[in-house]
Amino acid sequence: MDQFTGTVWILGDDIDTDIIIPTEYLALKTVDDMKPYAFSPLRPELAGLIKPGDMIVAGKNFGCGSSREQAPEIIKALGVSCVIAKSFARIFFRNAINNGLLLIENDQIQKAVHEGDLLTVHTNQYLEHDGQKYPIESLPDNLLDILNAGGLVKAMRKLNGLD
Amino acid sequence: MAQTFIEKLIARNIGADSVRAGNIVTVNVDWVMIHDIFIPFAAAKFEEMGFTKLWDPDRVVLINDHLVPASQTDDTRHLRVGNEFAEKYGMTHVHRSDGICHQLMTEAGYVKPGDVVFGTDSHTTTYGCVGAFSTGIGYTEMASILGTGKLWVKVPETIRVKITGKLAPNVTSKDIILTLIGDLGADGATYKALEFVGDTVEDMSIASRMTIANMAIEAGAKCALFRADEKTAEYCQIPLTEKELSLYGDEDAVYCRTIEYRAEDFVPVLACPSQVDKIRPAKELQDIAIDQVFIGSCTNGRLEDLMAAAEILKGKKVAPFVKLIVTPASRKIYQEAAANGTLQILAEAGAMITHPACGLCCGRTGGILTDGERIVATNNRNFLGRMGTNKVEIYLASPKTAAASAVAGKIVCT
Repeated sequence: MDQFTGTVWILGDDIDTDIIIPTEYLALKTVDDMKPYAFSPLRPELAGLIKPGDMIVAGKNFGCGSSREQAPEIIKALGVSCVIAKSFARIFFRNAINNGLLLIENDQIQKAVHEGDLLTVHTNQYLEHDGQKYPIESLPDNLLDILNAGGLVKAMRKLNGLD
Repeated sequence: MAQTFIEKLIARNIGADSVRAGNIVTVNVDWVMIHDIFIPFAAAKFEEMGFTKLWDPDRVVLINDHLVPASQTDDTRHLRVGNEFAEKYGMTHVHRSDGICHQLMTEAGYVKPGDVVFGTDSHTTTYGCVGAFSTGIGYTEMASILGTGKLWVKVPETIRVKITGKLAPNVTSKDIILTLIGDLGADGATYKALEFVGDTVEDMSIASRMTIANMAIEAGAKCALFRADEKTAEYCQIPLTEKELSLYGDEDAVYCRTIEYRAEDFVPVLACPSQVDKIRPAKELQDIAIDQVFIGSCTNGRLEDLMAAAEILKGKKVAPFVKLIVTPASRKIYQEAAANGTLQILAEAGAMITHPACGLCCGRTGGILTDGERIVATNNRNFLGRMGTNKVEIYLASPKTAAASAVAGKIVCT
């Protein structure tokens, strides 16, 4: 997908994994069961409002906290096409790539974009909002390989000769 | 060529002469740790990936700690899936009720200096206390290691933290790491290694070093590292040889940042609601009334922590209306604290002493709070909603500050 457009939801700095999905819901059977509780400590209504293809724009250190992989899985399950943040916490970053959730680092767009705005991502090139372009970097090759395979499970299935 | 601690450790692991920060390499894994809360997911991903056997069943440790004893009916499913997985794949290291994973990985004799370890919990950074490279990963990556014994990593840059001098009696290693997190910010060490040096660090017990390594992740760090010494060798029950001693950061290696502290400058501090880097001196928070105190967790549930609390609580009573919950980090610590009289002192002071496990730290059992309530806790996170509703105020502190606050019924500076 060379370019795609979505509606933006705005979150702040240090959105931790307890906010993305509180521990009390982690023993629910599936990510779909947990999905309604996404971001509930901060914005209980948000999970119900996010539509497939929407995007999240956040501040620094998105996904800090625990190693719970349900955090990126839930964001992906809500249909979010990508998370754009000033920076990402490292475990969340790995987990997101391994689950095929696209993350984009950019620290300029936050000043321009408002909740509900439309934003276009030109993959590995730039973000486009209100006629302005914001350059973004490409991911390293080994991560693009995992992302392009559709996540680490699919990459490993390939390794084991299953797909 | 001068190298940092982590560069030397990773180069040795992959059999290279040297590696540099920024290199992407594939490491050989010495140990993995999976805990109860994620075992069903790791097990499912492992089979979905098409693996039929573990890369080395003797290098995989399964630890039940978040969900024991079960507090919700569905928790038992996790424990059952763990048992079935261990049996099916011939695992030999399973801890069903021995304590918290990060305490057991070194206490039970698994992790040694120089090892490369991955765990499904973010506080896996703890094993840096014995000079191992250990860090948290998600369950999908865990599943891939279970099949391959390998993982890619980016060699991190290093922030060197040098601490010299003698700490005041009311200051602990918890105050050091909280202060450092406050100075760095919650993302100040993201993707980086934190290397701790200086005579203050050398004087510390392994337990105190564990507290610091445990919370490195709260500044975003990939790992924390302490050079192995005689205390490490004694704790790990190994001889101290050139193999262990040669792992340290060279003075003239490339560090992205060096931070120096004088031990005498540290004071008791707390992390205020609801960010770990919102650090303020205890002195400035005095007289804030509290409802509960929690002394425990993989951060501060060790024998020296319980003894430090007992020293303050001896002959005193917890303030009326304050609930004091004490949770030893492992069964071994529980037994030692029982044997040396520590538990007796705590019980006489009015503490509720619980089974060793994660307990209240992850908001699952024993002491959930509600709107408007305030707790002083010795664990590692004060995130919104972690110990009950999102209107609970969590203050993080050392066991000394926590114990003194329990007696006073308000935050105090010891």
